This record gives sequence, structure tokens and C-alpha cells, in this order.
Amino acid sequence: MPAFILLTVWTAVRILGRNRLRAGLTMLGIVIGVGAVIAMVSIGEGAKAAVAQRVATMGTNVIMVLPGSMTSSGVRGGHGGAVTLTMSDGIDLKKRIPLLRDTGWGKRDVMQIVNGNKNWNGTVNGVSPGYLTIRDWSFTSGGPFTQQDMDTAACVALLGQTIVENLFDAGEEPVGAVIRIKNMPFRVIGVLAPKGQSAQGSDQDDIIFIPFTTAERKVFGTQFLGSVGALFASTERTDDLAPAVEQIREVLRQRHRLQPDQDDDFIIRTQVDIGKVQEGTSETMTVMLFTIASISLLVGGIGIMNILLVSVTERTREIGVRMAVGAKRGHIMVQFLIEAMTISLVGGCLGIVFGVLGARVMTVIAGWPTIISSDTVAAAFVFSLAVGLFFGLYPANKAARLNPIDALRYE
Amino acid sequence: MMGWFVLKSFGGALITLNRNRMRAGISILGIMISVTAVVLVASVGAGGQREIERQVATMGNHAIVVMPGFQHVGAVRTSQASAVTLTIRDASEIYSRVPAIREVCWGRRDPMQVIHGHLNWHLPVVGVNPGCFAVRGWELADGEYFSQVEMDKGSAVAVIGQTVVERLFDEGENPVGSTLIIKRIPFLVIGVLQAKGAAPAGSDQDDIVFIPFSTAQRKVHGAKFIGSVEAISLSTFERDDILPSVDRIRQILRERHRLRDDQPDDFNIRTQLDLASTYEGASQTLGKFLLVIASISLLVGGIGIMNILLVSVTERTREIGVRMAVGAKRGHIMVQFLIEAMTISLVGGCLGIVFGVLGARVMTVIAGWPTIISSDTVAAAFVFSLAVGLFFGLYPANKAARLNPIDALRYE
Amino acid sequence: MLIECQDLWKIYRLGDVEVQALRGLNLSIEQGEFVAIMGASGSGKSTLMNILGCLDQPTRGRYSLNGIDVAGLRSDQLAEIRNRQIGFVFQSFNLIPRTSALENAQLPLFYRGVSLREQRAMATSALSRVGLQGREGHYPTQLSGGQQQRVAIARALVAGPSLLLADEPTGNLDTESSREIMAILDALNKEQGMTVILVTHETDIAAYAKREVVIKDGRVQSDRQTQPVARLSPSGA
Ligand SMILES: Nc1ncnc2c1ncn2[C@@H]1O[C@H](COP(=O)(O)OP(=O)(O)OP(=O)(O)O)[C@@H](O)[C@H]1O
Ligand SMILES: [Mg+2]
Repeated sequence: MPAFILLTVWTAVRILGRNRLRAGLTMLGIVIGVGAVIAMVSIGEGAKAAVAQRVATMGTNVIMVLPGSMTSSGVRGGHGGAVTLTMSDGIDLKKRIPLLRDTGWGKRDVMQIVNGNKNWNGTVNGVSPGYLTIRDWSFTSGGPFTQQDMDTAACVALLGQTIVENLFDAGEEPVGAVIRIKNMPFRVIGVLAPKGQSAQGSDQDDIIFIPFTTAERKVFGTQFLGSVGALFASTERTDDLAPAVEQIREVLRQRHRLQPDQDDDFIIRTQVDIGKVQEGTSETMTVMLFTIASISLLVGGIGIMNILLVSVTERTREIGVRMAVGAKRGHIMVQFLIEAMTISLVGGCLGIVFGVLGARVMTVIAGWPTIISSDTVAAAFVFSLAVGLFFGLYPANKAARLNPIDALRYE
Repeated sequence: MMGWFVLKSFGGALITLNRNRMRAGISILGIMISVTAVVLVASVGAGGQREIERQVATMGNHAIVVMPGFQHVGAVRTSQASAVTLTIRDASEIYSRVPAIREVCWGRRDPMQVIHGHLNWHLPVVGVNPGCFAVRGWELADGEYFSQVEMDKGSAVAVIGQTVVERLFDEGENPVGSTLIIKRIPFLVIGVLQAKGAAPAGSDQDDIVFIPFSTAQRKVHGAKFIGSVEAISLSTFERDDILPSVDRIRQILRERHRLRDDQPDDFNIRTQLDLASTYEGASQTLGKFLLVIASISLLVGGIGIMNILLVSVTERTREIGVRMAVGAKRGHIMVQFLIEAMTISLVGGCLGIVFGVLGARVMTVIAGWPTIISSDTVAAAFVFSLAVGLFFGLYPANKAARLNPIDALRYE
Repeated sequence: MLIECQDLWKIYRLGDVEVQALRGLNLSIEQGEFVAIMGASGSGKSTLMNILGCLDQPTRGRYSLNGIDVAGLRSDQLAEIRNRQIGFVFQSFNLIPRTSALENAQLPLFYRGVSLREQRAMATSALSRVGLQGREGHYPTQLSGGQQQRVAIARALVAGPSLLLADEPTGNLDTESSREIMAILDALNKEQGMTVILVTHETDIAAYAKREVVIKDGRVQSDRQTQPVARLSPSGA
């Protein structure tokens, strides 16, 4: 059998070489189809990776608790407002749920920030020290505020990159500088490492952190002391997220004295949920791009089928001769299938090359992130083989079902 | 003379295609699938576009929005507000000084807990002047808007959106005349608004309670500065008034805010036109991109036609020789093969249009996607498929026409 | 007995018209015979040969080859028999175009799963057996009709079949080429004891055979020995 396969492949190559234009055009269809699929999937994968990367900037195994309730349409975007979450909720959660590695809280508002003659409208976020750990903020210079800053409600601030860019001249050192928030002087003690866009697409570096106590007492002018805009928690392991969410819900419902028939007056979201929503969108996008691009491959496959049918017709007598000297149906079938698969495979390999190049070009020219994984390439390879097999089946079967005597007599 | 010949050739093409039914059918199938895909993608794209236009239109009639804060270069910011740079005085000044402005609206929003009976709901409570209903294009479903009288008195009255009705009221309960508790203050519901649906950014516009601005300022939001507003919206009489008005507004505000020439605006102005171009632009780009990808399959289908036609030319070399021997000119042979190619692509194209239209309907019914099949799409698909046949038929037709009669006759 | 045909019928139906190509033909042929089949055009000779070669099936009647009833066999088993026991030579050569003489001669071995080197060796010796040494690389278009037919014979005998069927092998050839072809067939019969069945219209070609069967209207009209059967040949059961 190996000798048979080997010779059959060789025969296929020779036959295709003989009808070079015809085989080339047929292949071109597959090249275009596979190239389109590869390029589109790489765009989709690139978008997905970009989203995943943004989700990762949230921190690790983060749980977010927001005040408010769920709407029927899903998760609400509203932050702050209703006084349903407090600092003591946060403290109690940490105390009562061992799964939680850390808890933190924060409260934000957009304010005018002034440095010398420059000013900027930025989000001021009063946070507990735990918040910075949970959200994985690191520093390019300086460092976080301390418990003492918290306790004394010190006027110190940590600046995100966007704020630094807008309030300071290039080369000016922000750490040690004094900026004004609501006309109060704040000493800059740290500059945060940039995180870029959030999963929802907002600029995470347009942020100023000040101690929660300072924000509450001196800046925001809170109606209820201890109320927070959002609580944050993190777990050691990703698997702990789901049980931790349940326990948080239980503790908060108890603390808020909710009756069993009452809805939660808070919303719990995990990093995983947020990731899923965001990745879901780009997944849909990938599937759509893939589907539309595959249509070309389908049409290319139809081209293979058609040209192979022509080939079967042209070579009917040859098929008859082969049968007369003892070729079984399987032999004839395999011969045509190999021909189809040679076309689709060579086309597929060229398509992979052009798809990869196309993806690069799109990244360079349009600036779209693209990713070509070995999985994509392997799948394209298998896919193009499968196209050859699938669309070769009908003509191959048609050839194999020929009656030897009719085939020999064919004009 | 040529017309008669073309007609005859067309008949001949049909006969030839019928003789190789299978082969022609498969080529047609390829074109059909591609055209189906193109029509489908185009109609889904057009449907999405229309949906976004509809959402942008819910912003109001010829609206201009002024917000406090600095103009940013590049991306539109998500967080604005808070800085106290806009006031009611700004709003009324613009209204009185720009004749093209039809109506003015100012407001301040804050998400709050709103209670009705045993139900409560957290949602934006917006203090507005009565002009807002007209500017933002809110229509009443029931009851009435509040008027300048209630505004002046600071009455505790509310006009609510449909989502609020669903959330806070039982089935069949009439909201008008009932009471909502906001910040421990009872508000009388005097009007219910018609639904607007989702905003282009995706938020639910009907999840809203409107109360008089004065009431909000004094009793609910607790303004930091009396008279400061979060945003000023304005409507113009005509859509064409929008752009000139923006310049006037900028001038007036800069003057009022005493900004020197070297200082940037401390507010920013957006118009419905900007918003439309932002959202419509994005979906248009996506739609076009998908259409291009779908068209690739048409290219592949065209290559298929070319290939099968080349086979046909080879097979019929002797026939071509005979035709030439009896006096067919190159043009005749050329036209014969071109007509064959275009018949394939045209039949495929027409079938593709039919299936594309059906597919779009099915998508609307099953997946609920809005789809629009414009006569433009259909016409374009038709012309496009004809062009594919012409383009990919050219090479084989030319190859046939360039045959040497003697060689063609001798061909084995 | 190598071949046994009993009451063989072949009926072609073309719409309403029924053509009876064979009408109850009876024929037995022993191992090692050299038979010439003659008869008018349209008498059913090719039809019979195709059935004998397991390329076609009779409408009715029994055909057994080496004691096996062919009617009950599946297409793959028939292919196996064609491959191992039968060599077929056609009037129109039927070589695979644009394929070398060697590869054409290799074809039956190709389907038998013989190693590539063995295929080459056997095909080369078969080609030299028909006097075509040195022409292995030639394509059909580069060979004369007689040479093409010799390639076809090489292809028929390369697998060492016990039965060689030749339907008008010299029909398209001149006298000289015909004589060469017949010499080869004669030698195969004499030296290797291969059973040869040959269809021809020409009496001088038929004269090479030892038995002459004349067919008329799908039946055997006459059947006579023209030469005594060679003593050497092993006679089957
Ligand atoms: N496939 C077929 N369909 C219909 N009729 C057929 C078919 N093949 C053969 N025949 C008919 O069967 C009869 C016998 O044909 P066959 O080819 O066996 O004749 P032959 O003896 O070989 O003639 P020749 O000497 O001309 O080759 C003829 O009348 C022919 O028309
Ligand atoms: Mg015959």
C-alpha cells in the first residue's frame, strides 16, 4: 500500500503539473480562502488577546461589590450614589471570610486638579491601602501611602500617567511636587505604572489616588461617613472566586438585614464575569469574521469539485483501463481524493503563508493587533485538507462507481 | 446584425451550459453562494446602520450639548461633569443671544434610590428645566410635563421613564397621581414618558426620573454651587443651524467665562452630528470591512468560472477551428465565450440575490437582527456578478479568439 | 477446465429496442489452449470477450473461471481476478496517455501492492519479453502502433496471468507488426503454457491458433481443432 500511495501522489502531482493553469487557478481559490480565514482569525484572536490583557490589568482574582441592584438586561454600570455599602462592610468581610486574601474600598469623583498654571479634570479616587494591592497598581517612582497616612487623613496623592502627562512638563519630577485638589494642597508621593485601557475601554491611567479617609473628610464632603462607592476583594486562587462571591453575598445580606424575599441591594462582579462579557463580544466578532471568510474557502472547495469532475470525465477511458488491469474501486477513489487533497493542501500552505503576511500587513498599516497562533495554522492546515477531502469525495466516488466496460467505451 | 448574433450566441451558451449541466451548475453554485453572502452581509450592515441612526435620533432634535471641562484631543472621554464651569445664567444667555436656538435645557443628574410602596430602584434622578422635554425629544405617554410654574415653586413633582414604570409599579397600576419617595421626600408623579430604548452607547435611556431643576437643587442633589449645571442642551430650528450655532455658543461662553485668547475652552460642545458620525462611522467601517471579506468569495467564484471556461475552450478547440474555418471572426468567438461566462455569473447572481434576501428575512425572524435590503444592494449585486462574469470570462474568451484556425482544427 | 460458459445471454436494452448480443452461448476452454474466435461484425465476439475478461457480466447463464462462478463475485473480487489471472489486450491499445511505457507496463503490479523496485524489474523484463528493451521511458505518442500494442501485451503479461484475452489485437496494425504481435502470443502459449483467446477477422491471424470458434448471432456456430493440442501443456481438470 505505501508504494501505491507514493506512486499515486506522484501521479497526482504530475497530472496537476500537466494542467498547470487549471490546477493553479483551482489552488488560487483555496489560497485566497485559507488566506482570508487565517487573516480574519488572527484579527479576531488579536482583539481577544487585547481584551484579555485589559481584563488582566484589573488585578488578579478580583471581586467587585457595587451598590445598587441588577436590572433585567444584565449588569448595571452605575457606581456610587446609594448608601448601601460601607467601610465596615469591607472590614467585616475580611474578618469573616477566610477565602479573601485582601479587601479594600474606594470612592471616586471627577474633580479639577491644579498644578501651577495647568489644570485637569480627573477622577479622584479615595481608596484604602488594600485597594492598591488588589488592583495590582505598581509604581514607576515613589510608593503607596501608609496606614498612618490613612489614620491621619494625610493630604498625599498618587498620580496615574495620564494625569502626570497633563499636569507636569516633560522631565519634571512629580514625586514631591504639590498639586491642588479642591484648593487643598496634596503632596505627590508616588507615580503609578501605566495600565492603559480598561476592559470597558476607559483610560485607567486618568486617575489620582488619595487616602480614603482624606477623601471622605476633606475632599468629597460625604453625607454618610463610612459609605463607599465600591468594595473590592481578592482571593488566592481563581477557583475560590465563586465560593467567595456566595459568602460575600451572605454576609452582606445579613449585615444589610435583607429579608429572604428582598433583592440584593448590591451587585457582585468578579474579574472572570467581566472578562467573559468582554471576551464574549470579541469571540462573536471572531466567529463572524471566520464564518464570512470561510465562505471563500467553501467556494474554493466547490471549484476543486468542479475541476475534478472535469478531470474524471476527461479521464474516463483511463479509469476504464485501470479497472481492466485490476484497480479496485478503492484505488480509483483514493487516486482522485489524493489529487483533490494535493490541490487543497498546496493551496492551503500557500494560503497560510499569505494569511500570515496579510495579518502582518494589517498590523503594520491599520495598526490592528493580530495574533497567529500555531493552533490557527494547524487548524487551517487540517481545514484545507478537509476541504480537499470533502469536495473530492463526490468526483472520486463518481469515478470509482464507473462500470469498467462503459468507461472503456467512453468517447 | 450584432444584436442578432448576440442573441444567437446567448441561445448557444444556454445549449452548451445545458450539455455540461453539472459543471455549469457547480460554477453557478459558487457564484450563488458568494452573492448570497454579499447580499446578506450588506443587508445586515444596512440594518445595523439604520438601528444606530435611530438611536442617535433619540438624542433629540438637532441637539447641541455643552459640558464643562476641557476639550480633549483624540478619544471622547467617558467621565466629564463636576467642574463648576457652566451655570443656568450661561444657558439663558445663550438662549437669548443666539436666534437659531429654539429651546434650551439644563440639568444635573445623580443616581439615587427611588422608592414606591415596597419597591425600590436605584437610577439617575435628573433635575431639569421644562425646556428639556422638547430639546431631548421626550414624548408623553400619559399625564403631563412639569411647567415653569412648578419650576419656580420648586414643586416635588416627577416625570418618569418606561423602565421606572416597569420596575416600581405593579402591572396595571397607573403611575400618574401616585407618589415616589426620593431622599425621604414624596414626589407626585405627573407624567409618564414614551420609551426611547437604548442609547448608541448601550445604556437604557428609559431608566430615568425627571424632576424640576430648582427642586433638585434645593432638596435632592444638594448642589455645591447654586446655579451650576452639569450640562446644557440646546436645540436649533434647523439641522443646518447646528454648526453656526456652535461657534456662537463658544464665543458667548468664552466671553462669559472671561477666557483669554491663550486659554483653552473650559467647556466642550458636542453635537448630534458628532455623535452620529462617531457611531455611524464605526459601524460603517465594520460593515464595509465585512462586505470586503464577503466579496473575496465572489473573487474565488470568478476564478472558478475562469477555470471551467478554460476547460471549455480546450475541449472545444476543434469546434472553434471549424467555426473559424467557416468564417467566424475573432470577435464572434470572443463574444460567444463571454456570453457563456456572463450567463453563469448572472444566473448565479440572481439566485444569490434571491437566497440573500431570503437569508436576511430568516435572520431577522430567527436571530432578531434588523436587516434592510435596499434596491441599491440588489442592483449592486446584479451588476457586480455580471462584472465578475465579464472580467473572469475575458481571459478564456481571448484565449479562444486568439486560436489559429489551422492549429485548432488539428488539435487532438 | 479453465473456462466454462453455459447458456450465456447478454441483452442490451436501448429504450424499447432489445439487442441480444449473446443468445445462449456454450463454450469450454482448457488451460493452455490457443483459441481464435471469428465471426461477422456484430456477432457478439467482443461481448463474449468482455464477459470472459470479467469486465462485464452476462444477463443470464453461467460463466465459471477456474471453477469459480463469476456471477456471485463483488466488484473488488472481480478486480482481483482481472489483476492476477487475466491479461487483456485491446484493439485500440488503451495505453494511459502521457505515461511512459515502463509505467504502463507496471500498472497491474501497481494495484497489487508490489514494491516499487520489484514493479520496475518485472515491467522491464516484460517489456524486453516483447522486444522493447531500451524503450522503457518512451511515451505512447513516441511509439508506433505495433510498439504500443507490444507495450499493451507487456502490461497484460507482467503479472503472470493464466489467461490472455486479445480482442482484435492486430486490427489497427500493418501485416509486419501483426506478425510480430502474433509471434509473441504464440511464444507465450507455447513456452509458458498461457491460455490465449484471440478475436480476429483475418484467417491468417487465426491460423496461429490451435482451435477456431466461429460465432454467429450470439451462438457458437462451429468449433474445431486446427492443430493438435501441444502435449507439453498442463491440462486442467
Ligand atoms: N453497450 C451496448 N449497448 C447496446 N448494444 C450493444 C452494446 N455493445 C454491443 N452491442 C450490440 O451487441 C451486438 C454485438 O456486439 P459486439 O461488439 O460483441 O460485436 P463484435 O462481434 O465484437 O463485432 P465487431 O467484429 O464489429 O467488433 C451488436 O449488435 C452491438 O450493436
Ligand atoms: Mg468487436
